[in-house]
Amino acid sequence: MTTFDPYAPSRDTTEGTVFSVTGGDWDSLIQEIGSTKEERVVVNMGPQHPSTHGVLRLILELEGETVTEVRCGIGYLHTGIEKNMEFRNWTQGTTFVTRMDYLSPLFNETAYCLAVEKLLGITDDVPERASVIRVMMMELNRISSHMVALGTGALELGAITPMFFAFREREIVLDIFEMISGLRMNMAYIRPGGVQQDLPEGAIPKIRDAVTTMRKNFKDNTTLLVGNSIWLKRTQGIGYLDLAGATTLGITGPVLRSTGLPWDLRKVQPYCGYENYNFDVITADTCDVYGRFLIRMNELEQSLRIIEQALDKLEKLEGAPVMVSDKKIAWPAQLALGSDGLGNSLNHIREIMGTSMESLIHHFKLVTEGFHVPAGQAYVAIESPRGELGASVVSDGGTRPYRVHFREPSFNNLQATAAMSEGGMIADIIGAVASIDPVMGGVDR
Amino acid sequence: MTDSGMFGARGTGDTSGYSGLVRTPASTGSSERPYGSYFDEVADDLERAYPEFSQAIERVVVDRGELTLHVKREKLVEVAMILRDSLKFEMCMGVSGVHYPERTDREFSAVYPLLSLTNNRRIRLEVSVADADAHIPSLVEVWAGNNWHERETFDMFGIIFDGHPGLTRILMPDDWQGHPQRKDYALGGIAVEYKGATTPPPSDRRSYK
Repeated sequence: MTTFDPYAPSRDTTEGTVFSVTGGDWDSLIQEIGSTKEERVVVNMGPQHPSTHGVLRLILELEGETVTEVRCGIGYLHTGIEKNMEFRNWTQGTTFVTRMDYLSPLFNETAYCLAVEKLLGITDDVPERASVIRVMMMELNRISSHMVALGTGALELGAITPMFFAFREREIVLDIFEMISGLRMNMAYIRPGGVQQDLPEGAIPKIRDAVTTMRKNFKDNTTLLVGNSIWLKRTQGIGYLDLAGATTLGITGPVLRSTGLPWDLRKVQPYCGYENYNFDVITADTCDVYGRFLIRMNELEQSLRIIEQALDKLEKLEGAPVMVSDKKIAWPAQLALGSDGLGNSLNHIREIMGTSMESLIHHFKLVTEGFHVPAGQAYVAIESPRGELGASVVSDGGTRPYRVHFREPSFNNLQATAAMSEGGMIADIIGAVASIDPVMGGVDR
Repeated sequence: MTDSGMFGARGTGDTSGYSGLVRTPASTGSSERPYGSYFDEVADDLERAYPEFSQAIERVVVDRGELTLHVKREKLVEVAMILRDSLKFEMCMGVSGVHYPERTDREFSAVYPLLSLTNNRRIRLEVSVADADAHIPSLVEVWAGNNWHERETFDMFGIIFDGHPGLTRILMPDDWQGHPQRKDYALGGIAVEYKGATTPPPSDRRSYK
């Protein structure tokens, strides 16, 4: 009954005829397919991925588990901050820049305000107390930012406990920010000419307590991670980038210092009076993820040292002004928390509403129109937790910025992902990206 | 940017006449020697290392303690190479575009802040081009880190960096129309109504400039 079919041989069984469609010369044919060299797999990772450190999209070309090519896709958090600033006055700019790199808002504000002050020519007129407060706030911010870098970096590599410890410390810092500025993030506290308001009563002892607590608490993460054999295996020799690579890619911050170069703008090009503080520049010579991790860990202690010195200075400068004396620039900065829960200065309101018409006009013009900044351009760079944060500010002489551009260290350093990860294993990309510590709000602006 | 705002203000928008708003144009002349600080040394070194200095550098401006070399775009790569190799400006901190629509035939500026790790110095290069011919040679060959910065400037201003290995949009979506940081590109936004009162979008509010 069964006839021979060259394409589907068959055999009779109790269940009926079974045709087999394999065989023939197909086996040799598919062997040809398998022998071609082309065996690349392109994998998309992110932008919604728990370990890409934010809305970062990585396009990976893999050969097995080896990464042959990495490309970054960014722009998911672009909010047009630089464009928006051109439509607001100079002081309002601080509320925008603070939202760029949301883990280091005070650095964004300081870079912007230093650039505006440079254009105004009032760099030397900023009161010392304001500069000391800026330094203290920035170093506190460095701690909270490094804590997120360490905590999420460890989490992304599978270590969960360090994240809890890191966020516990960050919480202490954010509480201090809330006490001083009223906000935990995006505080727009640093303003052109000084700071928004003076420290509240009892702030200095509270910060001293926090420093003591944090110094004790940092040991928890140190004992968990430093020398931990699993941690070493995931980080040592991973994400290698040497000095030549870092220089050509314009890499700064902990990644540059992990190549052994002690380049820290606080030391080499001091601003805000950093030359008056004692601290060490931390370096490593391993050029890898572990080196960058150690740098961040050790920078915490240096930040604490700076904060303590700043507190000593603040005690001596009690009652000194925190805003330039030029009333054409200084916003009414003598705010106090009123009974209605708003940051009003009752004396100031009494003056402008009840006694002085000129004060009212002045207040109105300063707050709505803003002040004029002489035409020109300035570039100011500061050492943010991620590297050189540069503010390029152009004025045409008006009351609004003509152009503001931020040289974001996250944006620039993310370019090193390919150099750090290509040729390595796919799992090590996570460690490399975490060691760059990009903050996508800063990358995309 | 519109000159008329929510009160129909024209011109400067200053209706009070109080502060007598005068806008001083940015300086267009060259600075005179001595420039001060280490700037003279940088200029001397560059002249020595680069014989075509006078043809390539249009202006040398020292303002607010910063040195700016205005470079002709044809010579940009040459000057950058000399600055990197002979004067040890190992790092370029990216590029920032600026749009000056009223500057005929020089509407766009590209500004490159340079950093020397060896000598701990900073200078700035500036190249100006016309809107109709917005091409600047790419510096990615000189400083690889300029790759994304040039893509961003292209994305935001439409300046084309010739010789860039892959000049595509970076922040805006690939199919976006227009270049948002140009001054003729509207900010956008919608009016917001709250309890009967309407707040216009920021670009339509009363403007002071």
